[in-house]
Amino acid sequence: MEVVNLQDLVRGIRNHKEDEAKYISQCIDEIKQELKQDNIAVKANAVCKLTYLQMLGYDISWAAFNIIEVMSASKFTFKRIGYLAASQSFHEGTDVIMLTTNQIRKDLSSPSQYDTGVALTGLSCFVTPDLARDLANDIMTLMSHTKPYIRKKAVLIMYKVFLKYPESLRPAFPRLKEKLEDPDPGVQSAAVNVICELARRNPKNYLSLAPLFFKLMTSSTNNWVLIKIIKLFGALTPLEPRLGKKLIEPLTNLIHSGISVLPPIPAPGEGVLVPRGPEWVSALAMVLTAVLTKLSVAVLISLSSGMPNHSASIQVRPSLGGDHGVPHLKYLGLLAMSKILKTHPKSVQSHKDLILQCLDDKDESIRLRALDLLYGMVSKKNLMEIVKKLMTHVDKAEGTTYRDELLTKIIDICSQSNYQYITNFEWYISILVELTRLEGTRHGHLIAAQMLDVAIRVKAIRKFAVSQMSALLDSAHLLASSTQRNGICEVLYAAAWICGEFSEHLQEPHHTLEAMLRPRVTTLPGHIQAVYVQNVVKLYASILQQKEQAGEAEGAQAVTQLMVDRLPQFVQSADLEVQERASCILQLVKHIQKLQAKDVPVAEEVSALFAGELNPVAPKAQKKVPVPEGLDLDAWINEPLSDSESEDERPRAVFHEEEQRRPKHRPSEADEEELARRREARKQEQANNPFYIKSSPSPQKRYQDTPGVEHIPVVQIDLSVPLKVPGLPMSDQYVKLEEERRHRQKLEKDKRRKKRKEKEKKGKRRHSSLPTESDEDIAPAQQVDIVTEEMPENALPSDEDDKDPNDPYRALDIDLDKPLADSEKLPIQKHRNTETSKSPEKDVPMVEKKSKKPKKKEKKHKQKERDKEKKKEKEKKKSPKPKKKKHRKEKEERTKGKKKSKKQPPGSEEAAGEPVQNGAPEEEQLPVRGTSAPPPRTCDIRGSLQEDSQVTVAIVLENRSSSILKGMELSVLDSLNARMARPQGSSVHDGVPVPFQLPPGVSNEAQYVFTIQSIVMAQKLKGTLSFIAKNDEGATHEKLDFRLHFSCSSYLITTPCYSDAFAKLLESGDLSMSSIKVDGIRMSFQNLLAKICFHHHFSVVERVDSCASMYSRSIQGHHVCLLVKKGENSVSVDGKCSDSTLLSNLLEEMKATLAKC
Amino acid sequence: MQFMLLFSRQGKLRLQKWYVPLSDKEKKKITRELVQTVLARKPKMCSFLEWRDLKIVYKRYASLYFCCAIEDQDNELITLEIIHRYVELLDKYFGSVCELDIIFNFEKAYFILDEFLLGGEVQETSKKNVLKAIEQADLLQEKTETMYHSKSFIGFKKAY
Repeated sequence: MEVVNLQDLVRGIRNHKEDEAKYISQCIDEIKQELKQDNIAVKANAVCKLTYLQMLGYDISWAAFNIIEVMSASKFTFKRIGYLAASQSFHEGTDVIMLTTNQIRKDLSSPSQYDTGVALTGLSCFVTPDLARDLANDIMTLMSHTKPYIRKKAVLIMYKVFLKYPESLRPAFPRLKEKLEDPDPGVQSAAVNVICELARRNPKNYLSLAPLFFKLMTSSTNNWVLIKIIKLFGALTPLEPRLGKKLIEPLTNLIHSGISVLPPIPAPGEGVLVPRGPEWVSALAMVLTAVLTKLSVAVLISLSSGMPNHSASIQVRPSLGGDHGVPHLKYLGLLAMSKILKTHPKSVQSHKDLILQCLDDKDESIRLRALDLLYGMVSKKNLMEIVKKLMTHVDKAEGTTYRDELLTKIIDICSQSNYQYITNFEWYISILVELTRLEGTRHGHLIAAQMLDVAIRVKAIRKFAVSQMSALLDSAHLLASSTQRNGICEVLYAAAWICGEFSEHLQEPHHTLEAMLRPRVTTLPGHIQAVYVQNVVKLYASILQQKEQAGEAEGAQAVTQLMVDRLPQFVQSADLEVQERASCILQLVKHIQKLQAKDVPVAEEVSALFAGELNPVAPKAQKKVPVPEGLDLDAWINEPLSDSESEDERPRAVFHEEEQRRPKHRPSEADEEELARRREARKQEQANNPFYIKSSPSPQKRYQDTPGVEHIPVVQIDLSVPLKVPGLPMSDQYVKLEEERRHRQKLEKDKRRKKRKEKEKKGKRRHSSLPTESDEDIAPAQQVDIVTEEMPENALPSDEDDKDPNDPYRALDIDLDKPLADSEKLPIQKHRNTETSKSPEKDVPMVEKKSKKPKKKEKKHKQKERDKEKKKEKEKKKSPKPKKKKHRKEKEERTKGKKKSKKQPPGSEEAAGEPVQNGAPEEEQLPVRGTSAPPPRTCDIRGSLQEDSQVTVAIVLENRSSSILKGMELSVLDSLNARMARPQGSSVHDGVPVPFQLPPGVSNEAQYVFTIQSIVMAQKLKGTLSFIAKNDEGATHEKLDFRLHFSCSSYLITTPCYSDAFAKLLESGDLSMSSIKVDGIRMSFQNLLAKICFHHHFSVVERVDSCASMYSRSIQGHHVCLLVKKGENSVSVDGKCSDSTLLSNLLEEMKATLAKC
Repeated sequence: MQFMLLFSRQGKLRLQKWYVPLSDKEKKKITRELVQTVLARKPKMCSFLEWRDLKIVYKRYASLYFCCAIEDQDNELITLEIIHRYVELLDKYFGSVCELDIIFNFEKAYFILDEFLLGGEVQETSKKNVLKAIEQADLLQEKTETMYHSKSFIGFKKAY
């Protein structure tokens, strides 16, 4: 098959513009074929094409597994493509993502920095909480990698890890902090980035870093870093005001020198420059000069001469008018203003006109910014004017989104801080009423909520509100018919409620009652009708009372009759709530009618139904009710029934139907008669059950005479004339009225002042001596009594309401200064420790498991075999200071104890080992040989075979002393056969530095690559680890010898083999043969096999009684076949191998193992 | 930064990089919505818009729109700078880059972006370093590619 490459695909798609979908589906079919091939290059090409198709919007999630295959390719070319595809298409829902864990781990520890880099980059896009947990430690290790290229990537990705796995923050933080002083500017900038992002969310935990950042700010020359640091300080200064003062100087310096130095400009949007005093004002001014002049925005700064008076004022005038202003500078200018507004509202308020002009801008972004600004700019004085302006924009606005935005902004502006700026609520109500003319708005409920809130909480306005609302109700036909489809009819909900609740204020209650009972009302949404029904009764009650008091019995009866006539239309409503309320009320009214016929006064009793006042309740009131002492909300009120009983005693049905469930042991041999009787009874029951749908049509049709929707006459309304609700006062007139009123007030005040001046007695009024009119001087038109929302008694003041519990950053609110606890260590993939003395029973299940899974290509053998005697010998040979020796021995003993305790029951061990088995293919653990475990640290060697002749040895260094270990260097004496891979340019005798330091009690892993020429013989390499141990008393330079033992078994990879293939191999005759015999073995055969499998990486091919064939393969492709036979007290092993030396060496090693059995 | 999109004047997506994990469906929806909104804007309008709870910063270079989504507290101008820096990098790498370069070598465009940004944060501020890393990785790729080709050739010979 001809393989199409990416370029061909792209060209093909461009050539098939008409039938693109068809062409692509054809391509996808081809790709599917390509993915089935074994050739990794073809696969990678296919995945690359898929990545392109994914961008075009095609689903490639089905190829997730193929992507992983390409990710695990050993060649960088393919790996790169695999990771790219994964980063583009994987997300948290991708189920195969967990299969990548070990592959990623392997790539992270790859000797090639680009493999590691590509894995880190990919991981940053699809890291999940699981991946973050499993890989956190690996990434943390990479933070101290020798290459800055890796370090900076590792540092940056840690932020993603923290977000997904917050527990990692505390253990990783010390190292992250360390990276702030990394010699490489890239790494430093990465660390600043991460800490800045962390601090932005939870600044208080990072205050202690302020001095460090201060130092960085004054020393750093990287503008990107500087901006990040300034941003960080922006988050910290509100918490520590003293910091603000300290920052002035460096910031000023920066700005003076920085106009040309700062190419990316710290925009006003930084939120950095929050002025905190007069000094800050000047600093701010200068920053803004620097920033804004660079932006060619005209900035006028007039620092008033009276600095000591704290009356510095700034004027920022972005060139907002005209076309010459660069559009996004206009935007940023407005943004800057909104920042300044918080601290210097007056300097912004003077640009009100400019900002209002921006509302006319073509660009919606700019309009919305301007709107935002207006929100912060309003005062008692200018509220009416601004809102008036906005109202004209509402009329002009094109597009419902912007109009809705305007509407919400108007309401936000007016209602902010508890209607702080509203002086005339009549005006506000009329604004709200005017807003109801808006067609197609989604925010009807918002207006309704405002109406209700104002009417309830401002008592003085109720009379006016009621008159307005009744007018609204009166024009309800307009609203109902023309705006049925949009949200504005919600307003009627509020209108009906207000008219009902405060019916005593109604001028013509009878008229309103009729308006509310119009047939048209039934076209309104159900919940509004329900409110109508309820409030009709309230209204009715008050009318009844009026009539009775006036002695108009006839009038009262007429109202009752009206109710009786009109209510049935609601009874027939499809909405259950309406239906229920209406039928209930209808019965009540009918009863009243009877009483009225007997001339019984009923008004008192009817109005008693609605006695009392409804109070506003704060939305969070319920949450704030304190739990009384001694009340345990989690305690059972009734102990739950025990499980055994729950079978029988199911929760009882709320209503009847109990009898239908009969006890099981009821006699089942009910005779025919009984059955017939029951059938009859059931039919009876069904007939009486109104909810049972009967097969025959019911004789009574309840809704027979319901007028259908089509019967409702629809009046076409000519909307070319702007809708003006007749009889409703326009808000505009209030503006004039207000001006007049204020003028009068002022005059009066002046008069009073004059009087006061004459008398010079009472000077209680604030600002009375100042001729200017400030906000406080404007007295509200009505006696405004804003009823505060009710809170429960003992409500606890708390700020927690504002916090979103789902905020991902909240989890990172972690105290970083506390010392680390033992339990907080990052999960580290542990190697299973198998002592030679491991009890045989434990090995059994493992072997079986392995032989059952012949397809699993690679198996892990984790083994720690410590030659303790050797260790002790070394201990004796070494002659450190005698003082310390005893100390060390103690520690050595403790180490041993610890190891034993690490042994786990086999079950849990399997579970723990599972993820390792799934992944990390091709990675083989070498048994540990001849490693010395020096007191201050233990070397734990494992190797992973990567290529034909390369072995990676991972050395875990653990510092068990109380000193800090640093300057560690590892030098290994190369042999002819095995060489350590060293950085270019270093000689054989140079030590290779260990890329980290070890504080007491910390362990870390260093990896080294060795090249092995021939694997047929075992290898021993001598090495020395030199280090500086530093404690309070001083530093000493110490050395530690160790030996690396590469046994022949370690070059074998457990490879499963089928018996037929095995037989063919033996028949081929290419193999040389050798055998051994070991006597005196008492161990069971099964355990023996397990041992061979475990220590020498063989797999069982076939087993017959006390005879078994086994197979393994070396990394260089030698086949090794074994036939193991067990006699009474002896074991004989016959081996066949493609290399005789390898075989004999292997058998020698095996002999040593078996001899121990 | 939450994500970066590159799309043409015709609304064809040319590159997408998501720094927040989202399902394909969400990604598609967001992309469609944003491409529409940005393309509807006139050339003289500002480069910023507020969209959902994010800020969108976009800039047009020739026929391509570069569009980034940032969080409320992030800086618009720096984002513009990032976009510009990326364009410069593409330009240096491809040599006066055009839309077709990005279409036909889209994986390279991704690799460059990945060296410049990681997890939505600027990773390397030095243009030189980014290009150096890319060049070296490309070198490595070519080396393994030639190695691979020679190997497969030998394998081919052996088989017959």
